[in-house]
Amino acid sequence: MKGKKQVTRYKKQTNFKVQVTIRKKMTQLYYEDIQEGSELPGMVKYPTTMQLVKYAGASGDYYQIHYDKDFAIANGLSGVIVHGWLTLSFLGQMVTDWLGERGKLLKLNGSYRGMNKVHEDIICNGKVTRKYVEEGKNLARVEIWAENPQGEKTVTGTAVVALPTRA
Amino acid sequence: MEADSVITEELNSLLNKEFGPEVYEIEKGMLKKFAEAINDPNPRWLEEAPPTFPAALVPKELLNKLFNADIPLKRLLNGSSELEYLVPIKAGDVISVTAKLTRLRQVKGAEGPTLFMFTEMTYTNQRGEVAVKGKNTYVKY
Repeated sequence: MKGKKQVTRYKKQTNFKVQVTIRKKMTQLYYEDIQEGSELPGMVKYPTTMQLVKYAGASGDYYQIHYDKDFAIANGLSGVIVHGWLTLSFLGQMVTDWLGERGKLLKLNGSYRGMNKVHEDIICNGKVTRKYVEEGKNLARVEIWAENPQGEKTVTGTAVVALPTRA
Repeated sequence: MEADSVITEELNSLLNKEFGPEVYEIEKGMLKKFAEAINDPNPRWLEEAPPTFPAALVPKELLNKLFNADIPLKRLLNGSSELEYLVPIKAGDVISVTAKLTRLRQVKGAEGPTLFMFTEMTYTNQRGEVAVKGKNTYVKY
């Protein structure tokens, strides 16, 4: 698919409830709609320290490198860094938004190769690398990755999904 | 050439031992709080766990032992995560988490020895169905 790539930008966290209501109705993706090389609509997230604190609370991961700048610096980091799991959550959102209600996420994995700093864009992308039928299921393997503003891949991974067919 | 091993007997003794189950009741409020924390506005996540939610179902017993092990490497990073979804986790479920340390591997990193700790988790629901299988690698350096 050529043309301008669709990217959803999430600048600073707005009120969560508002986001739920203004959210566009998802269109359903079908197996026939994709091919090897198809790109997923991209997504840009902008995690704030407040979001990292919320994530720490919701996940129970209170490691201080994710919200205490002095602690992070004393640990040899340049500042507060984003939880790898949070960046993977953004990639998960990109995939499930794309899948629509009837698509299923079967596997998700990510390797944390670099660091995303707080108050910096996290650019999420994905691409279909394989389309196949297995045990009667219409599957696709998707390469997913997150980048920092310097263009370095900070998280790389894959997702395996099952899609409905139009047939 | 070989750097001194940081893999202590204490760490070795944890290998392939099953820890848990640790039991989590999945309340609606917990899902909402998680969806809000990851800033994913999909209304589906108010009833069903979003993909990375198992991160919140921490196998504390094993992780506390791994993270607080008496070794010279004090800094910790998450190396990788892997999840396989078998049955959706929904509000009202009771999930039992078991965890295992499957492998320890020491390599020479740029800043000295680096230790990779490979773990595997199983998340089982109240019907005895395995809902999610997870793997996570932690890095001490």
